[in-house]
Amino acid sequence: MLPQARAAWLEVSERVGNASSLHTSGRAARRVVESARESIADDLGIRPSAVIFTGGGTESDNLAVKGLYWARCAQMGKSSRTIVTSAIEHHAVLDPVVWLSEHEGAVVEFVNTDGQGRVSVTEIESALTRGDVALVSIMWANNEIGAIQPVHEIAELCKKFDVPFHTDAVQALGQLPLRLGDLEATAVTISSHKIGGPVGVGALIVDPFAKFTPVLHGGGQEREIRSGTFDPASIAAFAAAIHYSVSDLDDHAARLRELQEYLIAAVTSAVPEVILNGPNPGDARLPNNAHFSFPGCEGDSLLMLLDAAGIDCSTGSACTAGIPEPSHVLLSMGVDEKTARASLRFSLGRDSSKEGIDQLAQALPGVVERAHRAGSVSA
Amino acid sequence: MSAMRVISAMSGGVDSSVATARMIDEGHEVVGIHLALSRTDSNGKSRGCCTLDDARDARRVADKLGIPFYVWDFSTEFAESVMDNFHAEYEQGRTPNPCLRCNEKIKFSAVLDRALALGFDAVATGHYAQIEHGPDGVELHRAIDPLKDQSYVLGVLTQVQLAHSLFPLGGDTKVQIREEALERGLITAKKPDSHDICFIPDGDTAGYLVRKLGEQPGDITDASTGEVLGRHSGTFTVTIGQRRGLNLTVPAEDGAPRYVVDIDRASGTVIVGAPELLDVDFIRAINPIWAGAPLGEVAVDVSTQVRAHAEPVPASAYVHDGELIIELHEPIRGLAPGQAAVIYSGTKVLGSATVASTNRVGQNNSLHGS
Repeated sequence: MLPQARAAWLEVSERVGNASSLHTSGRAARRVVESARESIADDLGIRPSAVIFTGGGTESDNLAVKGLYWARCAQMGKSSRTIVTSAIEHHAVLDPVVWLSEHEGAVVEFVNTDGQGRVSVTEIESALTRGDVALVSIMWANNEIGAIQPVHEIAELCKKFDVPFHTDAVQALGQLPLRLGDLEATAVTISSHKIGGPVGVGALIVDPFAKFTPVLHGGGQEREIRSGTFDPASIAAFAAAIHYSVSDLDDHAARLRELQEYLIAAVTSAVPEVILNGPNPGDARLPNNAHFSFPGCEGDSLLMLLDAAGIDCSTGSACTAGIPEPSHVLLSMGVDEKTARASLRFSLGRDSSKEGIDQLAQALPGVVERAHRAGSVSA
Repeated sequence: MSAMRVISAMSGGVDSSVATARMIDEGHEVVGIHLALSRTDSNGKSRGCCTLDDARDARRVADKLGIPFYVWDFSTEFAESVMDNFHAEYEQGRTPNPCLRCNEKIKFSAVLDRALALGFDAVATGHYAQIEHGPDGVELHRAIDPLKDQSYVLGVLTQVQLAHSLFPLGGDTKVQIREEALERGLITAKKPDSHDICFIPDGDTAGYLVRKLGEQPGDITDASTGEVLGRHSGTFTVTIGQRRGLNLTVPAEDGAPRYVVDIDRASGTVIVGAPELLDVDFIRAINPIWAGAPLGEVAVDVSTQVRAHAEPVPASAYVHDGELIIELHEPIRGLAPGQAAVIYSGTKVLGSATVASTNRVGQNNSLHGS
């Protein structure tokens, strides 16, 4: 956690009081929450009333997708039941969308992505032209391959057709300048722990005039859209983390870009046959990761051997028992399963250094050679 | 023994937990692996996993022991090499042992191969058996504890596989291993033993096979009269030597128990008769696998074991036309094609082969000098 976030959390954690109570300590807790709301609004260029605090990115995505879909159905009836999204979304968007199609009669339309993982605006436009779209949900930037999506263009289109637009900006926050006041979105998901705040808190930034059907029913603390007792310490720490990451954004992003280029150059020279997935570094790609396929290698083995060499990296995701799964993002981009399994994501953060990358580059040839042997025995 | 890089196969049971701890104590560099062998798909996606509790227990033991832990997905290999084979063998009227098959094709083959490719020296498991280093190489011996001895299911391992296998538990009894697990504070210490086939957790093999292969009903007939005594829902639902659960509709005249003595796969008929009809003293077994030097054409004295917890029986064994011929010195009752016959010299495993046919007591068994 960022020191600024930890300090904010510790300070608030010493106080008592339910922020929804009317007594003195309750009001004091409420002040913490409202100050945090104003601070976040200020940093993101929106009105404080647009900030709905949640339990994290997954909850925010569920609230946006289900909440907007249900409200839209209530308003428009059966005439608009299509959800337009992409197959490279995070599971926190994909799974609610699939659930709505399996249980609530939604029709899902996955727009295609190009070889770099960028969604097709033309396809979104032709879907909107048909007139049956309940909502569009496209992530701001992809978490695995770093592809930045044309969210402003998509938002303008949705505005033109008067269709709600949600974007999951969890990966973009702290990496890209987010002037949310300039984006015509109905809902934007952000999360605290990706920017060095505590785990378990996030927000949905909403258009204050948009209608949401709640997912969590209860005390209605957040404008009847979201219920649950406020967590002032985490909310204060979240705001502190946003403030730091927004004010430090230019320096941080520049430093990450330099490391990203260094990392890609180092990996490419250590393993010439490697394939970089997603856009080349630059305006089309987040600065904080690099994602590679190592053809012919056993993916689980790569991860295990690098782990043994003291390097953390990740494959796609793991199931409950811990079996690594091939990335659904690569699969949806047309990469075959074997290559998708032979892929690794390296993330860069505040603790990353050129020395760490040198260590990786040194370990890689031997690791790849062994993983290649393991790949040929299991084939 | 010098320090090695060891993959410890951790099932999530007490045995492999203690085996792992012992490997660490001996100074080896140990990495824990849990094998995901079968997967249940939820929503058509392969995100669900089998035996979540076992995977979790294995992970927690690895945490406690302070070693790296990974889950290796061998579900595809397991489905192809073990489960498909299990179904096909039963459908052909044979009685396979999937645990042997798994050891032969997965644990000491696919897993061992991957481990060696990754730079490990050996795979350790919690099997009760002993590795000894003899004048002609590595030897596989029975465990000290006769109740737990698992050398039978390891009888399919070759010299090369044995040279990279470690069985740290074979010198102790199960009771000692459980005590040790308790002393070490391992959460698996009191976990009950598993006895069933791992992909048939309810133990109902017949029901499982009917679901997999579909009902293939046929007659149950009397071995001596040919009379139809009942119906079965598939020859694969019964096994040679089975007595219970046949639901015969015609009672035996003398009230004597009747056993499955033969399965005629071609006509789909199950034949039942007196237990004496089950006594065999001659085994022809195919696809022999040798732990060390292969047997030759000259008969040698061995003891033979035909199922996991059967008593070993003295016999003479030799190779004829690439097949293992076993002449039993005393008959054994109820041996089905497909079972593995493992032969021993004392406690040492010589090899194993798959039973192809048997001769009943009194039939002409001699291949030599006839």
